[in-house]
Amino acid sequence: MSLPRSATLRSALIRHPGLVPGSAKRQATAYEIVRQALRPGRPRHKAGVTVVVLALLASFATPAMAQQAPLADTQLSDPAQEAQAKALMETIRCVECQGQAISDSNADIAANMRSLIRERIKAGESPEQVRAWLIQRYGDYISYDPPLGGATWPLWAAPFVLLVIGIAIARSSFRRKR
Amino acid sequence: MRRVLLWLPLVLFAGLFGLVALGLFKPADRTVRSAMVDKPLPDFALPAMLPDKPGVARTGFGGGKPRLINVFASWCVPCIAEAPELMKLKAAGVPIDGVAINDTPEAVQKFLDRNGDPFQRIGNDKASQVQIALGSSGVPETFLIDGRGRIVRQYVSNLQSDQVDDILKAWRGMR
Repeated sequence: MSLPRSATLRSALIRHPGLVPGSAKRQATAYEIVRQALRPGRPRHKAGVTVVVLALLASFATPAMAQQAPLADTQLSDPAQEAQAKALMETIRCVECQGQAISDSNADIAANMRSLIRERIKAGESPEQVRAWLIQRYGDYISYDPPLGGATWPLWAAPFVLLVIGIAIARSSFRRKR
Repeated sequence: MRRVLLWLPLVLFAGLFGLVALGLFKPADRTVRSAMVDKPLPDFALPAMLPDKPGVARTGFGGGKPRLINVFASWCVPCIAEAPELMKLKAAGVPIDGVAINDTPEAVQKFLDRNGDPFQRIGNDKASQVQIALGSSGVPETFLIDGRGRIVRQYVSNLQSDQVDDILKAWRGMR
């Protein structure tokens, strides 16, 4: 096997232990490859820039965090209640970023809704009572667990109806073959 | 009969296709409307945001006097755009109560100094409690409360001048 004609590519390969085709050298370990990439003389890491960027981000982020409702990101002390609250949060839609549940959302109103749910669960309300309270405010849209009722029953019925139709079609077509 | 049945799946498919196409091309309306419209105002009491103005509470509504609730925040850009419209309503004599979300007295004072102050009372709704109780999904939103303390209308996002006319007409009709 011959080396590539391009001088830069050739020198790059030669510099790289273990990558030269047909070389008797042993393969470089991952550690050695990283070591070589970080060898002195190259810009290793731009620590200064990272520090400045992080400091800027922190200066923007801090005031917003300080404003949040008390229980937005603080768990309840009772693990059973916290589990109930968490399960409920995962099925409540964020009204600002509408594809997300409030448990996943960073929007202010989602944080405040999480806090409200924890407060109500802590005060002894059941998750379904809190869900009903929210539905009373925002309609069924707020809940990812659609209630069985007037407009939604076809959702539950459709799989069974389709199954029955499928069995009927299968039966009739098998019978014809015989 | 058999011929009709033969075409039925295709017709069903065409119908479904049409339905999906309609859903794809119809402009989406992602406004979350409050389900509290036409219902009585829930019970609440918010502390005052500024030292020179009272807070906002359920007891301040009803009694034959229609009022507006404006859910706003000093950090909200559409609220700045909305400010002149609220000042128009104030000039016409409509009483407006502000519910400030996630805010501080200093920031609210600065906001009002810069954009005008249409509010008779301002409540400090730090944790969005009243905002959520009203079924409001963001800032700004405006609720018209009639003389019996019922929520009559909800206006999502910053008020437009035609909505201002609408509010004025409704407010005059309720007095």
